Amino acid sequence: MKYYKNTTIVIILIGLLLQLFAVNVNAAPTTNMELSQALAGLGAKSRKKIINSVKKLGQIGDPAAIPALEALQERKLRADANGRIYIINDDGTSAKEALTGETYTGAIDDLYTPIINNRVRRVIKTVLARLKLKSSDPEVRLLAAKHLAKNPREDASKEIQTALEKETNDEVREALALALALTQIDSPRKDQRLQTIKTIAESGNLKFIPLLKGVLAKDSTGNFIEPDAEVRKAASKAIKAIKRHMLLISTIRNLFYGLSLGSVLLLAALGLAITFGLMGVINMAHGEMLMLGAYSTYIIQEIFKNFLPGLFEWYIIASIPVAFIVPAVVGMILERTIIRHLYGRPLETLLATWGISLMLIQTVRLIFGAQNVEVSNPSWLSGGFQITQGLLLTNNRISIILFAVFVVFLVWLLLNRTPLGLMVRAVTQSRSTASAMGILTSRIDMWTFGLGSGIAGLGGLALSQIGNVGPELGQSYIVDSFMVVVLGGVGKIAGTVFGAFGLGIINKFLEPFTGAVLGKIFVLVFIILFIQKRPQGIFALKGRLADG
Amino acid sequence: MRQKMWLFCLCTILAVSIVWGVPKMAHAKEDTIKVGILHSLSGTMAISETSLKDVALMAIEEINQNGGLLGKKIEPIVVDPASNWPLFAEKARELLEKHKVAVVFGCWTSVSRKSVLPVFEELNGLLFYPVQYEGEECSYNVFYTGAAPNQQAIPAVEYLMSEDGGGAKRFVLLGTDYVYPRTTNKILRAFLHSKGISDEDILEMYTPFGHSDYQTIVAKIKKFAASKPTAVISTINGDSNVPFYKELANQGIKAEDIPVIAFSVGEEELRGIDTKPLVGHLAAWNYFMSIDSKENKEFIKKWKAYVKKHNLPGGDKRVTNDPMEATYIGINMWAQAVRQAGTTDVDAVRQAMGYQQFKAPSGYEIRMDPKNHHLHKPVFIGEIREDGQFDIVWQTPGPIRAEPWSRYIPDSAKKVADWTYPWVCGNCEKPKYK
Repeated sequence: MKYYKNTTIVIILIGLLLQLFAVNVNAAPTTNMELSQALAGLGAKSRKKIINSVKKLGQIGDPAAIPALEALQERKLRADANGRIYIINDDGTSAKEALTGETYTGAIDDLYTPIINNRVRRVIKTVLARLKLKSSDPEVRLLAAKHLAKNPREDASKEIQTALEKETNDEVREALALALALTQIDSPRKDQRLQTIKTIAESGNLKFIPLLKGVLAKDSTGNFIEPDAEVRKAASKAIKAIKRHMLLISTIRNLFYGLSLGSVLLLAALGLAITFGLMGVINMAHGEMLMLGAYSTYIIQEIFKNFLPGLFEWYIIASIPVAFIVPAVVGMILERTIIRHLYGRPLETLLATWGISLMLIQTVRLIFGAQNVEVSNPSWLSGGFQITQGLLLTNNRISIILFAVFVVFLVWLLLNRTPLGLMVRAVTQSRSTASAMGILTSRIDMWTFGLGSGIAGLGGLALSQIGNVGPELGQSYIVDSFMVVVLGGVGKIAGTVFGAFGLGIINKFLEPFTGAVLGKIFVLVFIILFIQKRPQGIFALKGRLADG
Repeated sequence: MRQKMWLFCLCTILAVSIVWGVPKMAHAKEDTIKVGILHSLSGTMAISETSLKDVALMAIEEINQNGGLLGKKIEPIVVDPASNWPLFAEKARELLEKHKVAVVFGCWTSVSRKSVLPVFEELNGLLFYPVQYEGEECSYNVFYTGAAPNQQAIPAVEYLMSEDGGGAKRFVLLGTDYVYPRTTNKILRAFLHSKGISDEDILEMYTPFGHSDYQTIVAKIKKFAASKPTAVISTINGDSNVPFYKELANQGIKAEDIPVIAFSVGEEELRGIDTKPLVGHLAAWNYFMSIDSKENKEFIKKWKAYVKKHNLPGGDKRVTNDPMEATYIGINMWAQAVRQAGTTDVDAVRQAMGYQQFKAPSGYEIRMDPKNHHLHKPVFIGEIREDGQFDIVWQTPGPIRAEPWSRYIPDSAKKVADWTYPWVCGNCEKPKYK
């Protein structure tokens, strides 16, 4: 008996001790210990350990871990041999301890860089989103809420709930409500399930259709998994609503894609519309004028990178005049030295300009090398913005459409509102009459060819933002350019505009059904048939002008 | 006037022949082993193939500095087939018949290889082909130092299906419309079927060469990926990659949402690209410049020194990549085989090539398979970094044997690739004995 009593006392004592210890564990300094331990795990060599530490940080829920996690994402996290982790600054010259901010004194190259893969990145993103829900910046909170809505996780539902209760910003509330709803689709309460379906239907997101279909599914015995008919009805209604929404969106999207492809074609072809359309020179070197424009952009970019890094974001604006002038000057030199001797001899012009194009390609290859050169997008030309769910317009495409409109306006202004334009039109209409009126036709030819080449250069600038810049850049656009000009009608700028947008839109509405390869073939067949029926193109010159 | 013209022409011809002739005459006295290099130095493929020519010349220079082969110097004969497939065949014939080269290192695209193949078989030449390709071929006259599909494409897909790779359940097979993507995707589709992935979870799309408008395709991928974890397997050819990745990034698709694995994007291709939108996307190769091995460090050092010495365009921005490593391995293995055989005779060298081993820059002991003329190679999967290099996130435990005839295509599975005695066939179903 005595023996037992003693043991009980000992047990109670041990229990009390443990209690004390447990209290200590929960106290602030030791939590900090836990945090720094989890943080140290980020510098591990094995990715499994990194993932566990990231998850641990999510459970601890301390926003102090955010900088370290972000650094890990951006490859800016380093670890030393003792397992302490550091964050290096942007240019990699100094490192600071992740928690305390102490500066690292040793050689930075000796530090180990933890390597992560996409799986780790996914985990980090979710954990970051959960940590950032507590941020004071509503935009950060919105991004976090949106991420949680995209990747619903049931274990986060409590956090979302508390965040939702505290949230004041409407946009963030909406995103949080969706995220919360998604975690509750299996809720035992009918009203919660109905609420979920309603929220999903409002979001209009195609992604949730499988989720809704799951509501309508039957189990192996043929009974509905969802017992309530009202919930099922709501789900099928929601599916229909989302599909309707998506059809509308995809039509608008195709239209936008068509306009954007059309404006690329237009920019590529506009210069040719002048040299081939107005002057009648079969200019095979047109593609190389595009290429020269793109390389001019590259040169300006390099100058900005080396001498004006602060203004780098705006190099593209500065390259507009250069991308116009360089090809224009080259074009004028070509016109003066070669092409003017060949007027009225289309076959010789074709061969000569083709030869020029080969020479230009090889010259550029000798100067810049056969490799493509890197032309980067300024950040304001990257990314896009979401109009509604499923309709995302990208910045570079929008800018190209606007730029195409700007260039067309510029050409229109030049041809219709300046003395040079008047003379150009006069020479196009009747060379001999214009000459008799005292216009120096040969000089006008030079200016017109220069103008066409310069406009092509602007096209090259636009193309440098969406594709490769290499010596062969122009080769891939020359056929398309001729197609657009011929379809639109030789001699009319308006025809080129209509031809380009028409082709772009037809192509983009065909592509979802036929695929890219067949789509292109159909468009070619369409052009051949159209030209058979209407050899003069969409817009034809009328009356005597047509014969000139 | 006319006389002047004639005089000018005569002078030019004279000058040219002096410039061309003198070094040739000087060379003719020396007894050399001639080696052909058949890579496009102009045209669309020049971007990729020029550095293979450079690394071949580097390897030859290295062998010559170490005393040459069989007491002779190697003399490289460089010709330019100008990215023109029929010209490849003509130039191959010129190398074999006119220059009587002992071996040819060359070709990049599968079309060019297919076009020179009859020439090598007719004249019993020897070709070393250094690029990953679609398989379904095994010629007596070719040694394949690049990867067969099971050494690149299949492990890559297995990685994507693993937990580490994102556990993809749906696959987009996206390629340029020509033989390599079509065949690779045929193999991959059969492989995916064998892993229980049904046709509705596979989206196969092709684009024309030089395609630059990926808006519709990216929107389609986005829609396709909405319901299940999806990965894109890209066999898009060279130039079209930039607009594709740019469109992906602009439409907000990150590598952690929908990873894209590419089979033709390497360090050299990334050199002319703004890499920001590509970070985190994947590539599968048998070699990466970022491999941390003693042999690789030495290889890179040699390459940098060679570039500097010969003042090659691009300077210190030049990189090494997988086909360059394959070329380097090929030349060194050939030299070993010649030393072993004691002659450059094609039949003797072919015999000696089997079981040839070489410590490759990838850090592995690489072996030539005597039966199917392919190398045993390790497979690496890398994630693209912002500086245009790769982080290696996965690799096979060791080199794996090539399967030129894919076991996933019913017709090919029956075929045997075996050039060892007593077989005399590398691409037939029924045994043929000597």
